[in-house]
Amino acid sequence: MNKKEELERWAQLLRYDVVRMISNANSGHPGGSLSAADIAACLYFNEMNIRPDEPDWPDRDRFILSKGHAAPVLYAALARKGYFSIETLKTLRTAGSMLQGHPDIHTPGVDMTTGCLGQGLSAGCGMALSARLDKKSYRVYVMMGCGEMNEGQVWESVMSAAHFKLDNILVILDYNQLQFDGSVREVLNPGSMKKRWEGFNWNVIEINGHDINEILSSFKKAKETKDIPTVIIADTIKGRGVKFIEKDYMWHSLMDNKKFTEYAEQMREELKNADSFYADRLW
Amino acid sequence: MQTASMRTAYGEALVEAGRENKNIVVLEADLSKATKTSLFAKAFPERFFNIGIAEQNMMSMAAGFATCGKVPFATALAVFASMRALEQVRTSVCIGNLNVKIGAPYGGLATAENGPTHQCISDINMMRGLPNMTVLAPSDAVSCKACVHWAVKHKGPVYIRILRDGEPVLYEKKEDVNIENGNRLHEGNDMAIICNGFTSHMALQAAEELTKEGMHVTVHDIFCIKPIAADVILDIAQKCKRIITVEEHNIYGGLGSAVAEVISQSRPVPLKIMGVNDYFSDSGSHKDLLERAGLTVENIIRQVKDFVE
Repeated sequence: MNKKEELERWAQLLRYDVVRMISNANSGHPGGSLSAADIAACLYFNEMNIRPDEPDWPDRDRFILSKGHAAPVLYAALARKGYFSIETLKTLRTAGSMLQGHPDIHTPGVDMTTGCLGQGLSAGCGMALSARLDKKSYRVYVMMGCGEMNEGQVWESVMSAAHFKLDNILVILDYNQLQFDGSVREVLNPGSMKKRWEGFNWNVIEINGHDINEILSSFKKAKETKDIPTVIIADTIKGRGVKFIEKDYMWHSLMDNKKFTEYAEQMREELKNADSFYADRLW
Repeated sequence: MQTASMRTAYGEALVEAGRENKNIVVLEADLSKATKTSLFAKAFPERFFNIGIAEQNMMSMAAGFATCGKVPFATALAVFASMRALEQVRTSVCIGNLNVKIGAPYGGLATAENGPTHQCISDINMMRGLPNMTVLAPSDAVSCKACVHWAVKHKGPVYIRILRDGEPVLYEKKEDVNIENGNRLHEGNDMAIICNGFTSHMALQAAEELTKEGMHVTVHDIFCIKPIAADVILDIAQKCKRIITVEEHNIYGGLGSAVAEVISQSRPVPLKIMGVNDYFSDSGSHKDLLERAGLTVENIIRQVKDFVE
């Protein structure tokens, strides 16, 4: 199995975990979790320099899920990396669980509390400047959402990262074109997202956010870009991988858990029969 | 009475602390000449970050710094630090109990002539409502410095409400200042005044005047409004039987409320809360605005006498 094939399988497994977790919890945000799964797989299983057995390792790369409602895909990646058990995923959103509805810095592997949109890149700027002060080479990865682009603080932080020339920050914009109340155009038309970021003096790379090779090569290009920060605008499909919710903004949040739970079972069967990779990893 | 500038004391304390602790960084929202973080910028340019007029971004950035072992002092006028960026302070900073310090000059009515938009009589209330947040309000330049040094040693978020210029000096040196318990400025058993900030010197003067008339009033200067020193408040309640609180803040949600929360649950005694009576003030000299709010030596004396009878 080559790297691409392996990462595709990890992404698919993260999707399975997301569907299971949300179905189990009977609440959560499937659409934006599923659109981010390929990127999350590439970050956690290839790109980032991290130590799951030492979550607070000072030299680790940081990851901030600024679009915090996609927490399930982050938790899935953390569990699959060994930050905590797969069993823990069953406790999402329940009292006493370490897995809050949105990411909380107390959870092992979570580098910043997020979910109140617009704050993640700001925190990332603080981390990136700390790296510079301490002469450390770790990088800061921030995943943002397209609805999040409505928030004014986003553009404050975009200005800051460019002003301070933070080339150790990489923003990945999960641009699935849908937010809670509809398409980004209908709710608050952003115009050209590419021109926006370029206007703030960022290096902009546009990719298909579901193509593993494109994701990996964009990470590489970002690392090679000096003196200005890079944003990857990833063209993605909300709900990717669960056909009946794809591109349906109504499924930003869980709509019909009976249907969703049936799908989780169906997915389990499909994966079990698909490939030995999944066999002992399903729950 | 000798006076000194609290905001200058803030800037000087940052420099002192920055010399001792290399992890201290200062974040500023384009008012460094006013907040006196300019002093730190000059001493340690590599650890000073002017974020521009973007307080929300600044607070979340401070949170990011704190996760990397830095001790950020995010500085903005009290009105913006406590309200423009309130949700960022809550989410980015307080939920994670991150080690962010917020320096907030121009608290209370101290921006006087700038009018109600820039005055800040609600900050203590806002900050007190946030779990994990410690709320400090020094009363002079010396206690301001003490608060900064105390905040550096304390792990977790701290809000420091600072005033402006010309505050009467109440303490000789910062070692005299007891941040956690507050300081006794005057002793007496007839009544107690619990005060903070700019009103503390007024309360002291009032007590001295009242002594001449044979009334003996305790005056206690509180720096730490949250967590408030409940034992100290209860001792005062037991000894003095009546308490007046005085603050340059809305009568709702500030020092008076904090004192009421303590005594009403353990040792109820009559309480009178002096402050800004729930209105937006207008432009004017600090002195005129304080007079309008009834925050004067004369009015404190009057209120004490009324309360006894």
